[in-house]
Amino acid sequence: MEIHDLGQYLAHHPFFTGLAPDYLALLNGCAGNVNFAAGETIFSQGGTAEHFYLLRDGRVALEFPHPAGNGVVIDTLDAGDVLGASWLVAPYRWPYDARALAPTRALALDAVCLRDKCDADPVLGYDLSRRFAAIIVERLHAAELRLTDMYANPAPAAGGANGIAGRG
Amino acid sequence: MLPRVFSVAARHVETADTFTLELVAEDGAGLAFAPGQFNMLYAFGRGESAISISGERAAPHRLVHTIRAVGTVTQALAELVPGAQLGVRGPYGTAWPLAAARGRDVVFVAGGIGLAPLRPAIIEVLAARRDYGRVVLLYGARTPDDVLYAEEIAQWRARGDIEIHVTVDAAGADWRGNVGVVTQLVRRADFDASDALAMLCGPEIMMRYTVLELGHAGMAPADVHVSLERNMKCAIAFCGHCQYGPEFICRDGPVFPYDRVARWFDAREL
Repeated sequence: MEIHDLGQYLAHHPFFTGLAPDYLALLNGCAGNVNFAAGETIFSQGGTAEHFYLLRDGRVALEFPHPAGNGVVIDTLDAGDVLGASWLVAPYRWPYDARALAPTRALALDAVCLRDKCDADPVLGYDLSRRFAAIIVERLHAAELRLTDMYANPAPAAGGANGIAGRG
Repeated sequence: MLPRVFSVAARHVETADTFTLELVAEDGAGLAFAPGQFNMLYAFGRGESAISISGERAAPHRLVHTIRAVGTVTQALAELVPGAQLGVRGPYGTAWPLAAARGRDVVFVAGGIGLAPLRPAIIEVLAARRDYGRVVLLYGARTPDDVLYAEEIAQWRARGDIEIHVTVDAAGADWRGNVGVVTQLVRRADFDASDALAMLCGPEIMMRYTVLELGHAGMAPADVHVSLERNMKCAIAFCGHCQYGPEFICRDGPVFPYDRVARWFDAREL
């Protein structure tokens, strides 16, 4: 289905599934289309989190910058994903860089506009907070899984004297 | 129980700690096997190790094993050069359910060196591509340098009839692929969960969460097959080293339908 209208896109994005039409219309007033070229920085660590993004296509890398210039990519996001939760929590600063790995289209939702609407309507604020909490918990769990370093060599106790080498 | 003598015909370096041996039998006979089965490789004077077969069933005269050097025996295998001899017992164990997958979507999920035991099945599905529905490969590795069979994956991707997603736990800024856990790729894949068969091989923690994701996608536990691994000694269900609940992984596995082993998956110290 070809979607041309921002409101339509918001309504069809999985992040907003089930959100009341009145609220969708309200959020539409905070949304705008943005495009990023491959390699373009979307935001930088320490910068003010002025937006969050609903990715329409492309790919975005989240990177911890390194003084030597070679950053470490800690996650990638693709079409349908939500980029950025720092707009929701003070001090509203980005904890990492975000860089487009491919030409990327997104809907940018203005943070000040959103926070004003959430403050004015706590039901909306609670709803949005729950949606973001779900994403944050999912990503936290994924990060915890990676902390196990599950593809590393098994410990000798687990692998036995010969080691278990048939798989990861 | 007696090993046959094979010699190393070729040795390839796959990653920093993983290598592939191509073996030919000294007696000239092949070794027929089914994708998913394993052999006991015997480094003379050092010991035996259970290693999944990663070559093509259609080429039984050239036995292929991809091995990670993690212990005494596999380190000894890593030191073998072309012409060196070793012992081979097998094949042992159960196979991937390729016949049951015909006509259905097929989802392969591999982690780390878990791609090696799946490789024969992937090759066989691609060789008879029209017999299957959509085919998906989801593969997770530690870093881009740890991605196994990178050139072959690129060739599979270039065919255009298999959907492939590769992800790594961490990468440098020059990596253009996915970063994240392989379990998160399940929701990106295009397959019909109501008529699909999944084959999983990798660390158990990866398979446990992949099974959950496949369940969320709508797959039935009986349609998910996992390849399990324990330390094996005899490989013929005598010694009990690989006992897993009531199952012996060497004889009743290593490939199991998930619903058969689900109750043991979360058991501790098993």
